[in-house]
Amino acid sequence: MAILEVKDLQTSFHTREGVVKAVDGVSFEVEAGQTVGIVGESGSGKSVTCYSLLKLIPQPPGRIEGGQALFKGKDLLALSENEMRKVRGSQIGLIFQDPMTSLNPYLKISSQIIEPLMIHEGLSKSAALDRAVAELDAVGIPDVKSRINSYPHEFSGGMRQRVMIAMALITRPEILIADEPTTALDVTIQRQVLDLIKTRQEELGTAVIFITHDLAVVSEVCDEVNVMYAGRFVERAPVAKLFTTPKHAYTKALQRSIPALQEKGQNLYTIPGLPPDLTHGIEGCAFGPRCEPEVGGENRDHATSRPPLVELEPHHWVQQCPGCVGG
Amino acid sequence: MSYLELENLTKHFTKREGLLAKKLRTIKAVDGVNLKIEKGEILGLVGESGCGKSTLSRLIMQLLQPTEGSVVLEDKRLAELSKSEIRRRRRDFQMIFQDPYASLNPRMTVYSTLAEAIATRHPQLPKDRSGMENAVGKLMERVGLDRRFVRKYPHEFSGGQRQRIAIARALGTEPKLILADEPVSALDVSIQSQILNLLRQLRDELELTMIFISHDLSVVRYIADRIAVMDEGKIVEVGEANEVFENPKSETSKMLLQAIPQIRI
Repeated sequence: MAILEVKDLQTSFHTREGVVKAVDGVSFEVEAGQTVGIVGESGSGKSVTCYSLLKLIPQPPGRIEGGQALFKGKDLLALSENEMRKVRGSQIGLIFQDPMTSLNPYLKISSQIIEPLMIHEGLSKSAALDRAVAELDAVGIPDVKSRINSYPHEFSGGMRQRVMIAMALITRPEILIADEPTTALDVTIQRQVLDLIKTRQEELGTAVIFITHDLAVVSEVCDEVNVMYAGRFVERAPVAKLFTTPKHAYTKALQRSIPALQEKGQNLYTIPGLPPDLTHGIEGCAFGPRCEPEVGGENRDHATSRPPLVELEPHHWVQQCPGCVGG
Repeated sequence: MSYLELENLTKHFTKREGLLAKKLRTIKAVDGVNLKIEKGEILGLVGESGCGKSTLSRLIMQLLQPTEGSVVLEDKRLAELSKSEIRRRRRDFQMIFQDPYASLNPRMTVYSTLAEAIATRHPQLPKDRSGMENAVGKLMERVGLDRRFVRKYPHEFSGGQRQRIAIARALGTEPKLILADEPVSALDVSIQSQILNLLRQLRDELELTMIFISHDLSVVRYIADRIAVMDEGKIVEVGEANEVFENPKSETSKMLLQAIPQIRI
């Protein structure tokens, strides 16, 4: 049984230039303890998808136009703000890309980390502090007893991200949403943070929704991956399948454009053109105008109405556009 | 004699410590670096943040004066040149920065940005309108920008196009050495590949010498001929790119290699 079931989620932003369909009918499921990745370029709608689930989209200009997000059977999108607050930070945790901006610079780490415990679990300050010390210790902060009274600026970037992880997991949420948690970090620190998320996840049994644009990170941490383009999922597959037998032209194009998978000296593939302007509704296949035979196969017939996501092989879902899937 | 040589290049910063500022602590940001770079070569420089990569690049660019040692470009010791001579020589080495949103002047059109760079090499050209337009147009084509965009401002371009403008500006002074400091790490994967292809193509066509600084080893392995690994201000390993990648010798290289996420199929 999936603990989170998102069905046909649609979020748009009403701007002066028109209605931007940032998330255009996205569906996915998250099983308990599983890591689900959402990968795509900037502006593809990865973050908006996750923030919509927690109603963290500024409304207006944003608006959740439709869909359902069933979390253990109840629809998150239908909750009132008061009910939502009981879910946020308690049953669903969130960590952001930049720990420098998501921690309050005026408050000691101690008062920030015990806040969710006092609010959601009604613990006393001293009981909450004991839990906080244990949690910070578990994420590898050295000498916690004295460091807990420091301010965020006294920590390095990697340490701050550890604090964020401790804070997000202290209430033992069932789902952790990690939005580009390592993008701002150095490679060696990135490795430590990725390992930390993995071990804490195994210890606590948390499911993780991992948002990133880095295919290599995806391949290491995720069980299942959704590839997002222009507000839609174009492909979903278990991680090994996605890399060995990608089906959609966009997924293939992405993989052929990263240096890690190419021979030295070989030209990298570049996707021609630019991502579509989302202020105009996209009728057919969103990737069609940028799809070349090299990645999409000889068939140049792109879907003129929105291609459905179909299960081509067990657990391997692809947006079925003849021009992109080839044949 | 190599094209560019760094001889025992050292930069120490002193920091006052304590309230009464009596104690001085020395930080060895760059500590006795020896490196040789041949003409037309791409050297990848890698290391963790704080290892001294940026200080080293500033020393090479003559934006900082070394505490000891020297930068020798085509047999000339740059530190011995006069200030005005340095200004003239600076056309020979140009930088490309990480963030094209920050490194371009938002109030200058593509034309004025590029014309300014070209004028440093051809001072008579600003008087010749059509000649300058032609030169700017050629430069734009070289980096894959449409000539028609010449009157546009940086904000009207996408991130990848902006990085192309920044590259065109660097090429405008007809440099011999380009120092690229994390030129693709702020860009999306699909755009990253365009810029990497462009840099390689420019190297082949113009015989540019390039120092490519990055913390992403997979990018460096792809583009660089040789890799130099830096740690605590020292070069701990230099070698052929593939050799360093497959057979790292120093602890720092091994650690960096273990850290990069890998696609395992």
